[in-house]
Amino acid sequence: MYKIYMSVLKEILLLKRDLGGVIILFVMPLVLVITVTLIQDNTFKQTSNAKIPILLVNNDNGKVSQSVNENLEKSNAFEVITQFNGKPITESEAKEAVFKGKYQMAIVIPQNLSSDLQSKIDQNVNKIMTGFGMGDTLKKKVFEKKITQKEVKLYFDPAVQLGFKNGVMSSIDKMISQIETQSIYSAFQEQIGDADFNFEQKSFINFKEIVPTINNKEIKPNSVQHNVPAWTLFAMFFIVIPLSINIVKEKTQGTFIRLHTNPVRGWVVIAGKTITYLIICMIQFYMMLAVAIFLFPHLGLPALSLNFSLVLMSIVAVFCGFAAIGYGILVGTIAKTQEQSAPFGSTSVIILAAIGGVWVPVFAMPKIMQIVAQCSPMNWGLNAFYDVILRNAGISDVLPEISLLFLFFIVTTTIALFYDKKKRTV
Amino acid sequence: MQPIIQINDLAKKYKDAKFYSLNHFSLDIHKGEIFGLLGPNGAGKSTLISILCGLIDPTSGNFTIDGLTYDENAFEIKKIIGVVPQEYALYPTLTARENLMYFGSMYGLKGNDLKEKVVESLEFLGLLKFADKRVETFSGGMKRRVNLIAGILHEPRVLFLDEPTVGVDVQSKNAIIEYLLKLNHNDTTIVYTSHHLAEAEHFCTDIAIVDRGRVFAKNTPQALIAQCEGAKDLEDVFLSLTGKGLRDDV
Repeated sequence: MYKIYMSVLKEILLLKRDLGGVIILFVMPLVLVITVTLIQDNTFKQTSNAKIPILLVNNDNGKVSQSVNENLEKSNAFEVITQFNGKPITESEAKEAVFKGKYQMAIVIPQNLSSDLQSKIDQNVNKIMTGFGMGDTLKKKVFEKKITQKEVKLYFDPAVQLGFKNGVMSSIDKMISQIETQSIYSAFQEQIGDADFNFEQKSFINFKEIVPTINNKEIKPNSVQHNVPAWTLFAMFFIVIPLSINIVKEKTQGTFIRLHTNPVRGWVVIAGKTITYLIICMIQFYMMLAVAIFLFPHLGLPALSLNFSLVLMSIVAVFCGFAAIGYGILVGTIAKTQEQSAPFGSTSVIILAAIGGVWVPVFAMPKIMQIVAQCSPMNWGLNAFYDVILRNAGISDVLPEISLLFLFFIVTTTIALFYDKKKRTV
Repeated sequence: MQPIIQINDLAKKYKDAKFYSLNHFSLDIHKGEIFGLLGPNGAGKSTLISILCGLIDPTSGNFTIDGLTYDENAFEIKKIIGVVPQEYALYPTLTARENLMYFGSMYGLKGNDLKEKVVESLEFLGLLKFADKRVETFSGGMKRRVNLIAGILHEPRVLFLDEPTVGVDVQSKNAIIEYLLKLNHNDTTIVYTSHHLAEAEHFCTDIAIVDRGRVFAKNTPQALIAQCEGAKDLEDVFLSLTGKGLRDDV
């Protein structure tokens, strides 16, 4: 035990002597979690102050274009621009501006959209009512003329991501469908001609999301509850870089060789490093939680609500720390130089995060990547964090994930020990 | 008398190497000796010390240290040997005291015993007033002395030294040699490699001249000089046995 204690003390002293490194170790994860949460919160928040400017080319100047304009403005997500230098925007101007990336999108409403839509609906309503034998009672005379299908054109900046594009297209589609429906109701009302006869135009079917509850209190997930565990885990795994550099330095300084000639077991040296870096991981974890609870409200973000078990979260964090440290020990043992360990460590952590579902949820990945994701320790850690924070899970629910994380630590450190032995058996 | 180190027919061939670094190497080193392993570059000295310290495995053959075989008693052997590598195997950002407290604890020393041994050794080698300075600020000679202390705090029965005085000034060299003589006086057997033949001639009680993985000659320095026709000193013996050809290899 004394050897482990002295190993921990040595590691702490080494870290203490690199104050800049220690500050980076604790400050950068905080900057990361704050930045990413701020960005992601604003992306999805309905009441965001940041509006996306879009160009509206209004060749219609009727009811439909007015409604589109109003709905876009009302959404609070967009700032609708209809004029350049006091003149209405033309389609070619809009196309050029969007394709050059000055604006993210443009909507072109075709000529006579409102009047043609109205005529088409009137014709259809007329046909239906005549079909029911009510042709004589119609209040409005409808002329039969050929009405061609209309096209609302959308221009997108090629740099716009597919997710955003699909979201906007579906919103506009929904908006136009609503206008069409309302126009149909109005046409019937007009043809029936009864002032007292009012169609209820509100949507009949509504959606209600049923969320999990703790003590009869609903747990409504927000960007903070999604981002804090994900980016905390990501930051914890970045311990791989200083840890692997620490091991490479020991090899190049010759201290590792000296330790091999000492009566000290390999696992004692590893235990010294594991305990020290686990302490760092846990400090990082609690600092990030503290920031999410106390600082986020001052930045306009929702605070991380403590309606989960902090003890269970801490247990999960300890096992995530084990997995990160095991990986760091393996990278440090295999790498020969810091030039190998640092870039490989950071890039591989980003890959593990990507396949683990930190950026894109695993369910949204292609089938093959969903299978690969099951092998990422970050996926196990993230699932365990979500289980605790969002799914009101208990220790038995997270047991499979934390067992896998610990197994990962055992496997990586064992490989590191064997690799080191093999390397010396030249 | 049973030798403290007994090497029997030891051989080592590195992977992809054309030749054996150690080739049927046999040697006895007795308790209390200051044993010099001398040889040109690539003679097999470092390979032999690495095997005896447990850093690498031999291809064939065996050896005992204080009657213990490495295969069954690796941990026990590590407790009774001390190793002073040629490189400064120290943590540069730690102080001399912190380095020594750590490496001493790895030999099982603890508490006041460890603290006293660290202070005593630093004082003997003139480093006590620099005990709490970082090693990275030390001169080469100072680092070499701390490097030596880190290998002998536990008072080993056998001490392996790989070029302990290389690159140091005369004063540091003198302090190191004096300290090693004190250790030897307290029953530590010393196995030492060096290219300083004059130093070895005066310091060692016994010498083996090795080359191409074999022992070419073994005796006291005086006997080796006497046996070699026309030799005035150890350097003459060395050149006579190993030749004047350059031994550059990559």
